[in-house]
Amino acid sequence: MTLLIEESAASTQKKKAHKVRGKVRLREHLMGWLFVGPFGLVFLAFLIAPLAYALYLSLWQKKLIGGTSFVFLGNYVKAFSDPTFLSGAWFVIRFSLVAIPLQIVLALAMALILDAVTSLFTRFSRLMIFLPYAIPTVIGAVMWGFLYSKSFGPLTDVFGLFGATAPDFFSSNLIFYGLINVVTWQWAGYYMIILYAALQGIDPTLYEAARMDGAGKWQVALRIKIPLIAPALLLILVFSLIGTLQFFNEPQILRYLAAGTISPGFTPNMYAYQQAFGLANFNYGSAISFALGGIVFVCVYAFLFFTRKRRSFF
Amino acid sequence: MSMKTKRLLVTAAMLAAASALAACAPDAGGGANTAGGSAAPADNAGGNNASNCTNTISKKDLPVVTFWGWYPNMQLVVDNFNKQNNEVQVCWTNVGQGGDEYDKFQTAISAGTGAPDVIMIEADRIPTFQIQKALVDIKQYGYDAVKDNYGPGAWKDVSIGGAVYGVPVDGGPMAMIYRKDVFDKYKITPPKTWAEYEQAAQKVKDAGGPLFGDLGANVPAVLMALQIQKGANPFTYDPAKPETIGVKLNDQASKDVLDYWGGLAKKGLVGTQDQFTPEYIAGVVNGKYATYISAAWAPGYLTGAGVGKGEDTGKWAVAPLPQWDPANPVQVNWGGSAFSVTNQAKNPELAAKVAYGLYADDESLTDGWTNQIIFPLNLKALNDPKFVDLKVAFFDGQQANKEVYVPAANAYKGMTYAPFGQYYFDAMTKQVSALIEGSVTGAQAADRVQEDVVGYAKEQGFTVQ
Repeated sequence: MTLLIEESAASTQKKKAHKVRGKVRLREHLMGWLFVGPFGLVFLAFLIAPLAYALYLSLWQKKLIGGTSFVFLGNYVKAFSDPTFLSGAWFVIRFSLVAIPLQIVLALAMALILDAVTSLFTRFSRLMIFLPYAIPTVIGAVMWGFLYSKSFGPLTDVFGLFGATAPDFFSSNLIFYGLINVVTWQWAGYYMIILYAALQGIDPTLYEAARMDGAGKWQVALRIKIPLIAPALLLILVFSLIGTLQFFNEPQILRYLAAGTISPGFTPNMYAYQQAFGLANFNYGSAISFALGGIVFVCVYAFLFFTRKRRSFF
Repeated sequence: MSMKTKRLLVTAAMLAAASALAACAPDAGGGANTAGGSAAPADNAGGNNASNCTNTISKKDLPVVTFWGWYPNMQLVVDNFNKQNNEVQVCWTNVGQGGDEYDKFQTAISAGTGAPDVIMIEADRIPTFQIQKALVDIKQYGYDAVKDNYGPGAWKDVSIGGAVYGVPVDGGPMAMIYRKDVFDKYKITPPKTWAEYEQAAQKVKDAGGPLFGDLGANVPAVLMALQIQKGANPFTYDPAKPETIGVKLNDQASKDVLDYWGGLAKKGLVGTQDQFTPEYIAGVVNGKYATYISAAWAPGYLTGAGVGKGEDTGKWAVAPLPQWDPANPVQVNWGGSAFSVTNQAKNPELAAKVAYGLYADDESLTDGWTNQIIFPLNLKALNDPKFVDLKVAFFDGQQANKEVYVPAANAYKGMTYAPFGQYYFDAMTKQVSALIEGSVTGAQAADRVQEDVVGYAKEQGFTVQ
């Protein structure tokens, strides 16, 4: 009997302690949620909810005649057999293969130079190289549109000096390189800043040690600096991969100057926009967006898989 | 690129949310600002919200109809209407011209909210929105009172079957605008047929002169009009049987016209620049083109873009559109717009009153044509001797209306547009682009457009004849 009473008393005490601890934990939980709350709400409202809605939309088909019907994955099947979507996807993949290495190599070269050379002009140069990123994409694209122009741009004059005809970057043969140039101009400076910041984070004693071991500037750059900023390189690679596959603003703006060359299905993102807002086909537009999302995911995943040894930021 | 786009989108979404919250606050202007005069709180979805008009409404007790339009002198037109009307007031917003506005309207249609009561749209877009049941048949709301104010061609463009989906505002009877100085220099007279047009072009080229004209990939509506001129009948569509549509984009007439223009481009007689671009306008300003095959609104557009000013004053003239068969001339139309009532209008009857009355008073009409902004379709203006006899400054005092545009407008018979006009134009742009590059012939381009558009029509549930 007494045992039982004692036991039960102990257990009530335990329970009380538990309750108190539970209350504290609950309060801690509440505080946690309170802090996460504002972000969580915005995240849910502006990212998860639209994504879920778009996914829902992509499973339906609305025809001009016959109304709306549930087609499950029909829109995706259609997208992956739609020549416009596939050629747009193939374009951005080809574009990535040229644009990304170019940007990264340029950014890396500029960052290494700015890191190695200290002079009055380094700060100024750094700012100037970064400046294009500070210019809104849309304005940058309009500006390049005028620079490429045969009537307004400097190309005609420059080529005219040598008695040659200026290349027409709005023609379907050269639009690829015209856009590569715009994108590189815009983004290389931004990537340079990221790499430069990473270089600044390297302990200078390493350089000293390397010099004592007889390493020259090239060897320091190749054997110490680049390996140590590999995570940053990987980061900008992933950024540019995602960004380039979602290519939209530049061609959309230049379209007004070269409507014949840049069709509404030029890149998958433009195609999705055209389907949704131009042709009232929000269902197929959503499906294209998700299909593009799938391609981006596969590319990024494959990329990270093949570079997994150096994966230190994800 | 994407990251910035995302950031922009997030910012925009946040701003939208903030303004939506702000709009929940009681309207300082009182209940008078609510559309239709109902006591319901202001709809904060945007289009139907009468609390953010560009114009100022002075008669605050009257019901308000919301309106989207891009016509350049809209402020004046709206003020004139509001001043003269004691039944309803117009709240006007300019949400962008053409495509920009259609994209917003399309979004509002899909969302089921956010559209204005009355909207300015081009006649070739009416079936696109009508088939989505986004427009109201305004025949029952006062059509009889105004039907004699417009010609049959003007009404046909805004009608589908027996139903009327818009009030004609302006039209685009086509003609050949040309450089007098170039024609004088190379001793040519305005060509009356397309064969003569090509001969004249060859003559100017052989003499080392400028390009004779331009084949732009981004103006498919022009080529459609020129195909119709030769006898093509692209779409047959009866709203009584909306599921059936006739698509004939590769008949002989269409192929001939595309081959003709493709040939001119291949021979280097005409340029292949996209139109409405700074590049093209610069070319027009600098006398790079001897002719501009365009519509009656073009002088206004060109003047606005800086053409025909300064040194070039008095160098332009206009002649009727060259014909295929001068014995049986056909007049065609490019562009032109109408005021339509949307199905989201809170009070369609009141909205129709606005659509019918908005650009109908003498002062607004006179302003429109004296400033050469548009070519009116209202017969009050078309029959006004002052308009007909006007010596147009852009054409160096030539009586362009009397000689060219009014006869062209009167002879225009109207046409049937497709309920998927945007898709057709996109398909056409793609093929004209290929035609310009020389990878297809005109006939092949026509066949491909046909195949493309028929495929789309079938996919959209139509039975194609």
